Amino acid sequence: MSDLSGYTPERTDWGRLALRWGLFAILGLFALWYLAPLFVMLTTSVKTLEEIRTGSLIALPREITFEPWAKAWSQACSGITCEGLRPYFFNSILLAVPSVAISTVIGALNGYVIAQWRFRGADTVFALLLFGCFIPFQVVLLPMAKMLGLLGLAGTIPGLMLVHVVYGIGFTTLFFRNFYVTIPADLLKAAKVDGAGFLRIFVSIFLPLSVPIVVVSIIWQFTQIWNDFLFGVSFSSAGSQPVTVALNNIVNSTTGVKEYNVDMAAAIIAALPTLLVYVVAGKYFIRGLTAGSVKG
Amino acid sequence: MAPVLTIKNLRKAYGETVILHDVNIEIEEGDFLVLVGPSGCGKSTLLNCIAGLEPITGGSVAIGGREMTKAPPKDRDIAMVFQSYALYPTMTVAKNITFGMKVRGVDAATQKRKLEEVARQLQISQLLDRKPGQLSGGQRQRVAMGRALVREPKLFLFDEPLSNLDAKLRVEMRTEIKRLHQDLGASMVYVTHDQIEAMTLATKIVVMKGGVIQQIGAPSEIYNRPANMFVADFMGSPAMNLIPATVEGGRVAISREGDEPILIDLPAGASLPRDVVLGLRPEDIVEPGARHGAHVVPARCKVEVVEPAGADTYVVSRLGGAAVTARLSAETQARAGHPLDVAFDLGKASFFEPQTGARLN
Repeated sequence: MSDLSGYTPERTDWGRLALRWGLFAILGLFALWYLAPLFVMLTTSVKTLEEIRTGSLIALPREITFEPWAKAWSQACSGITCEGLRPYFFNSILLAVPSVAISTVIGALNGYVIAQWRFRGADTVFALLLFGCFIPFQVVLLPMAKMLGLLGLAGTIPGLMLVHVVYGIGFTTLFFRNFYVTIPADLLKAAKVDGAGFLRIFVSIFLPLSVPIVVVSIIWQFTQIWNDFLFGVSFSSAGSQPVTVALNNIVNSTTGVKEYNVDMAAAIIAALPTLLVYVVAGKYFIRGLTAGSVKG
Repeated sequence: MAPVLTIKNLRKAYGETVILHDVNIEIEEGDFLVLVGPSGCGKSTLLNCIAGLEPITGGSVAIGGREMTKAPPKDRDIAMVFQSYALYPTMTVAKNITFGMKVRGVDAATQKRKLEEVARQLQISQLLDRKPGQLSGGQRQRVAMGRALVREPKLFLFDEPLSNLDAKLRVEMRTEIKRLHQDLGASMVYVTHDQIEAMTLATKIVVMKGGVIQQIGAPSEIYNRPANMFVADFMGSPAMNLIPATVEGGRVAISREGDEPILIDLPAGASLPRDVVLGLRPEDIVEPGARHGAHVVPARCKVEVVEPAGADTYVVSRLGGAAVTARLSAETQARAGHPLDVAFDLGKASFFEPQTGARLN
């Protein structure tokens, strides 16, 4: 290493400085543009209906009320029932958590087999699974409805779970396969010589290595499943609707006055879990996406 | 006692591509067998076949007298050290070493005893709580060896274990492996592309090329009586001089550009075809008067390049159209562009058939 202690900048480079501040200004502008809707949603959700009618859209609330939040959570009407988002929120949790877990575990096993236990036709299987990622949702709607009917799962949460797991496996397999393919083949060989079997090697050696990619898979799958509307609206019945469908129903129930504050609060409540997942695990997400070879 | 490893007519192919042709190897208890050859010669594949990590297409493998052709690696009573070390990244050094014992259900007390024993032997006791990522290359190498040692297997397998280390460390670890072999009296199969490693470590060398065994023998045999021109060229540094020559009336003639050919009397009783390639180690071209006997022939050569290497000086000349290197003492008076008197010691000369490369004498 060369010694830099004697280094002093000769002069300030004004051109570079201007460029840098220009860049910050543009970035700041974009950030504002992006955050403006969130700001409007947050402020509107704590305003009274009276204030919304008379005030400006972008003004700060004169007095803060959490009444709309409470209403959105437990009293807002969707269609004929007025239970708020709460039961549907729990439907979504009941749907998303097992779906994410199951699709992640299957994806990890698939990736492990395809990347490390090379079998005849492994590449073809992987290509087909990958193709599954690109099948548009609309294409599978009718066959899937027929399938769920045959299985007796139509309109139930387990049925919706099955749909999400099947649809998610392509992505989770892709994540894990690409992660495991960077792990040197010698590791598997060493474990085989040590006497470990298929599952033992997976659980003791590969899974502990996989934290970053597990996080990627969880965030991806959770966001997909939580935010899904099409499958939710197609394959659920009155009692089993996920939160996105309920949100739509609340916002579109046109009985009396349009309660913008309640709608905004409901939208934020419906979005909170995905935000939370990002805040908690976001740094792993970046790390996992850029995870390269594992030094060992 | 049954041989430690017997490989009979082993064949390995991926579809139409044949990687290993009809390999036959046998090693005894305590042998240090080195598989050496250029990259792509099939030596690592052969090692994987011995380990059971690659299924073989034909032939058989027996370890310790027991048929192992179809047995999985864990049943073969082997331990393996890999080029990349292949340490389990999320486990501590101690867990890395004991993982195999844990899998085999060895009781905790024995695990602990063996771990301490091996750690002491390899001087890694202070590293046991670290993860592989916190270790230097040399330390990882030791841990990888420790993982193999605790197994106390019938056969150790090494897959280019030193090629990721820097030159100095490589020489140190080479000595250490040799010492380990002597101390344990264990049987080993060692893959390398480095012919010096092969010569220094082996009790028995297998030279391979293109999936075919070129020669099996003790290091001295491989060095002094190479079976063909490939082995002659591959083993030894600098390589053996391979000089095109003609045989006439009991004498070998080596042509020289712009000069009379060098004529050398053949050893009595040798019968050779007309065209041959004379193989001569650089150390068998010496200063005149350094060696005596009927097989020492003086000659004057024009020096092209002089390469001092410290202890020796390599002098390159041109004979029979080929560059010829002599290993002379550091005090040599050779100067580039000037003639130099040398002597050819044909006592250990090899003769090869120019087309097939096979040894003739």
